[in-house]
Amino acid sequence: MVFGAAGNPKTFDPLFNDDGETFRIIRQMMDTLIMNRPGTADLEAGLAEKWEGSNDGKTWTFSLKKGVKFHDGTPFNAEAVCFNFNRMFNMKGAAAQSQMIYYGDIFEGFAKNEGDASGAPVFKDCQAKDESTAILNLNKNKGAFPAAFTLPSFSIQSPDALKKYNADNVTQSGDSFAYPEYATAHPTGTGPFKFDSWDQAKGEITLSKATDSPTQTAKLDKLVFKVIPDENARKQALKAGDIQGYDYPSPADYGLLRNDGEQVLIRPSFNLLYLGINQSGNPKLKELKVRQALAYGINREQFVKSKLSEGSEVATQFVPKAISGYTEDVTKYPYDPDKAKQLLKEAGAEGLTLKFYYPTEVTRPYMPNPADTFTSISEDLKNIGVKIEPIAKPWQGGYKDDVQKFGKQDLHLLGWTGDYNDAGNFVGTFFGREKKEFGFNSAELFSALAAADSSPAGEEHAKAYQVVNKQIMEYLPAIPIAYPTPGLVVGPKVKGMVASPLTDERFYTVTVN
Amino acid sequence: MLRFLVRRLLQAIPTLLILSILIFAWLRSLPGGPAGALLGDKATPEKIADLNRILGLDDPIFIQYFKFLGRAITGDFGNSLVSAQPVMSEIGNFLPATLELGLCAMLIAVCLGIPFGYLSARFRGGAVDNVIIVLTLIGVAVPVFFLGYMMQDVLAAPLGLPSQGRQMAGLDATTVTGFAVFDGIITQEWDAAWDAITHLILPAFALATIPLAVITRITRASVLDVLNEDFIRTANSKGLTQPVVRRRHVLRNGLLPVVTTIGLQTGALLGGAVLTERVFNFRGLGFLLAEGIERRDYPRLQALLLFGALVYVLVNMLVDVSYGLIDPRVRVR
Repeated sequence: MVFGAAGNPKTFDPLFNDDGETFRIIRQMMDTLIMNRPGTADLEAGLAEKWEGSNDGKTWTFSLKKGVKFHDGTPFNAEAVCFNFNRMFNMKGAAAQSQMIYYGDIFEGFAKNEGDASGAPVFKDCQAKDESTAILNLNKNKGAFPAAFTLPSFSIQSPDALKKYNADNVTQSGDSFAYPEYATAHPTGTGPFKFDSWDQAKGEITLSKATDSPTQTAKLDKLVFKVIPDENARKQALKAGDIQGYDYPSPADYGLLRNDGEQVLIRPSFNLLYLGINQSGNPKLKELKVRQALAYGINREQFVKSKLSEGSEVATQFVPKAISGYTEDVTKYPYDPDKAKQLLKEAGAEGLTLKFYYPTEVTRPYMPNPADTFTSISEDLKNIGVKIEPIAKPWQGGYKDDVQKFGKQDLHLLGWTGDYNDAGNFVGTFFGREKKEFGFNSAELFSALAAADSSPAGEEHAKAYQVVNKQIMEYLPAIPIAYPTPGLVVGPKVKGMVASPLTDERFYTVTVN
Repeated sequence: MLRFLVRRLLQAIPTLLILSILIFAWLRSLPGGPAGALLGDKATPEKIADLNRILGLDDPIFIQYFKFLGRAITGDFGNSLVSAQPVMSEIGNFLPATLELGLCAMLIAVCLGIPFGYLSARFRGGAVDNVIIVLTLIGVAVPVFFLGYMMQDVLAAPLGLPSQGRQMAGLDATTVTGFAVFDGIITQEWDAAWDAITHLILPAFALATIPLAVITRITRASVLDVLNEDFIRTANSKGLTQPVVRRRHVLRNGLLPVVTTIGLQTGALLGGAVLTERVFNFRGLGFLLAEGIERRDYPRLQALLLFGALVYVLVNMLVDVSYGLIDPRVRVR
């Protein structure tokens, strides 16, 4: 099968990567200790058959699958697991550390922080209790666990191959980085496919079926990812039969594609689009009534129906439905322009003028068309008497700086694509500390989020976040707009592809007739 | 001739040096930088600042420039921030595609443009002339990317031509030189050679339209000029046959400005290649450049833009040399 990818992978050592195009390929070759059940964000066994966290959340015990081998023929076992975590923790060099984005997010610090890494390490040590039991000890509890073990960056790779091909040797050359042979030519995991070749000139990555005791047996013998950045070119390639599927079809094409007999698969949403409010911008935004008025004043139903792709829904809170911690029991703000005007009047904010920032030259899974989104929302706000001062900035050309670094805006558009199934990955990232983007300082909210993050995994953790989500929707630091759903398309002969909210599609179940 | 070549090559050095300063300054004056693109959506402002520090992008710009120049002189342009590959090896890998495409497009433009222009001049004011003039106007006016999309949607399927890529995905072809058609021939993998040819047709025609139109118009104008010259009247009156007059006197003299145009158009072709390669997913230097601009890939852009300038300088030198071959007067001087 040939699948059309929208962008180049960077390298194949997942530890130094954080982007979807790279991870799609990694996920076919490598496994994580815990994985996501196909089509959901729920956790299921990966390389670990079972896992258990201690009550204080500082010890994680993994019972590993037996009889699995890496693609180089070496055995997968507890020692290999510990080798991988020790490798991350002991990584040397500012260049290498700066590229370990997810490690930095989750494990915070290294044995020896270099360059600008400054966090205290969360990782303490790893013990291989026996062949098939690995115990990970942490210095503190983090709510991200166990879901964060599903991140492709923490895939378990062959210790032999990592050593043989000098995997840690990331160096800085001039104003860029150079990666070792391991990352470009010898990635070695336990997954259903193994790495064959990467032809840079053709933009093709070829994988073949792994046969010596992988975790899963692939149905396809060969799997090729062909990089086609232009969306229209991907569509043409599918039509011509050059490829049998591609990612991110334009929602406007869904109907046409289906008429041609192609299958458009809609991913359950793991995205959020929100309207940011900066309370240190216009002082009126500090008043709850004004923020509520904005929320009541936006016709989100209409926007989602007319501007977003099928399957998208109005957001009621800052986590999507698939996340544990989501709750129906939050304050909702249905479209009510009269109430919005009333609230503005009560707050003495009639005739309010707001600087509304929106990005150009970009589409995101959560924001397929920023200008359209801006127009819809600003028309609604004008209807309730708010004057809008529109400010458009290129995404790579200052938008993110203005909005996140300098906080120049009153309102802005932004969103998030979830990484793993933990509410903290959403609300913790947005509202866990004081940020220029939102310009508020609420000790109450910050400590509630910190408490939820450190609550024990499982039921209790979900409940803690339900309470926080309720609290956030009362305080309303921003306005959740929608849960958009990106799609992917496969040809009529393709069977067994399951669309994943985390874009975690696994190709081993796929067949092409 | 040798002295002439050496002098021209030496002249190229300050040109490239000045260009390197301009390119460097221009890239770094663009808002947003590679750190944001490298770290992705989720990068916090703090992380971007950290990475800028590690990459040395917060140094004063002239220090950055001299560091860059020091490395560039030794041929080290660094690694691409997008693909992590050394930029020079990227250029090596992607250059054959662009050369293949550009050569094909130029061949189409020259092989059709000169006869069209000549015919147009010869039948000046007639139906042929009018049709050619209108077509060349369209050729110059239609943007390459629009034409590309039209070709993909309208022509590809009925003609049975692939509409994107350089080779059928998954095709097991041996790469020797990187020139897909040539490789197919020397390895006698005929299916691969044919596959590469079919992949070239649409993008080459799309890319050829503008130079084709320009060459046609220049040929036409130049031939018309020559037809009015005294020496043509002389040739006619001394009783030379028409074919001899046309070949030896009209065409040969009329081609001089056309050669200059071909040189200039080769430069323009580089620009057109960026769009064409992108639309047709034809993985050449233009494709690299487009991706580099989107991702603010400084090392790649610096190397590619300088390389483009070097090619432009070299092509113009070739044009000067070829003048001498066509017009003996230039050699004598």
